[in-house]
Amino acid sequence: MRTNDVMLQTATKVVTFIILLFAVHIFFAGHYTPGGGFVGGLLTTSAIVLLMLAFDMNTVRKILPINYVVMTAVGLLLAVGTAAASIVFDVPFFTHAYDYFDLPLLGETSLHSAMLFDAGVYLVVVGVTMTIIQTIGEDE
Amino acid sequence: MRNLLREERFSIGTIIVNTLIIILISTGVIFSAVTALGLVRLPDVYTRTHAASKSSTLGVLCVLVGTFLHFLLVENVFNTQAIIAIVFLFITAPVGGHLIGRASYMSGIKVAEETVRDDMGIAIKKKKAEEK
Repeated sequence: MRTNDVMLQTATKVVTFIILLFAVHIFFAGHYTPGGGFVGGLLTTSAIVLLMLAFDMNTVRKILPINYVVMTAVGLLLAVGTAAASIVFDVPFFTHAYDYFDLPLLGETSLHSAMLFDAGVYLVVVGVTMTIIQTIGEDE
Repeated sequence: MRNLLREERFSIGTIIVNTLIIILISTGVIFSAVTALGLVRLPDVYTRTHAASKSSTLGVLCVLVGTFLHFLLVENVFNTQAIIAIVFLFITAPVGGHLIGRASYMSGIKVAEETVRDDMGIAIKKKKAEEK
């Protein structure tokens, strides 16, 4: 008998966007409040895993054609690159810098290079957890 | 200084706000207790998921609305995460209950002896007959 999971799929369609938005919020709020790259990455992963539960692994792969191994590598490169960029300015490794910028829509914003490092952490966390879950979840 | 604080503590607005928050959070706690009682006392999985998904959702929602109002009206913080949590729980908790009930029916767990109607069993039988 074919299973009927309209209820789960419809709820997933709504809930996924809430989780993803919340993940972005947690990621950007990490500098001043609890949160950051690690939790944001885990939340994003949970949204994708929810999609996999409600639909199909191949469907999700079609929706998000991402190679998660490459994603991990890019994240590691970003993190190391942020740390290594301090060498160019003749300061110790991992020295971060910040400044205030006038962005067109957001007004005066403080941009910190630690956020780039956090973006690297985010990519690594999403990539590693998704690789683990995909390899375990596959039957072939 | 001390008198001012006391006046603030007993002004009409503060009393209304505090009463509202206390009522909301107490309602939530009572509903959560009712949920726990239902989980212990009800006979089978289906009535238990019924208790767990309905009254606990309302209980948690009441507690969250109470804390949200406390932070908004007393501490002057608009807590977006509380709103997200309310919406999220309101969507997901009933779906979770539904899925648990459905999965247990599909894996063949019997309904309680007091049950008088079983529409799901009839529907499944009809579907199976159609497919054959």
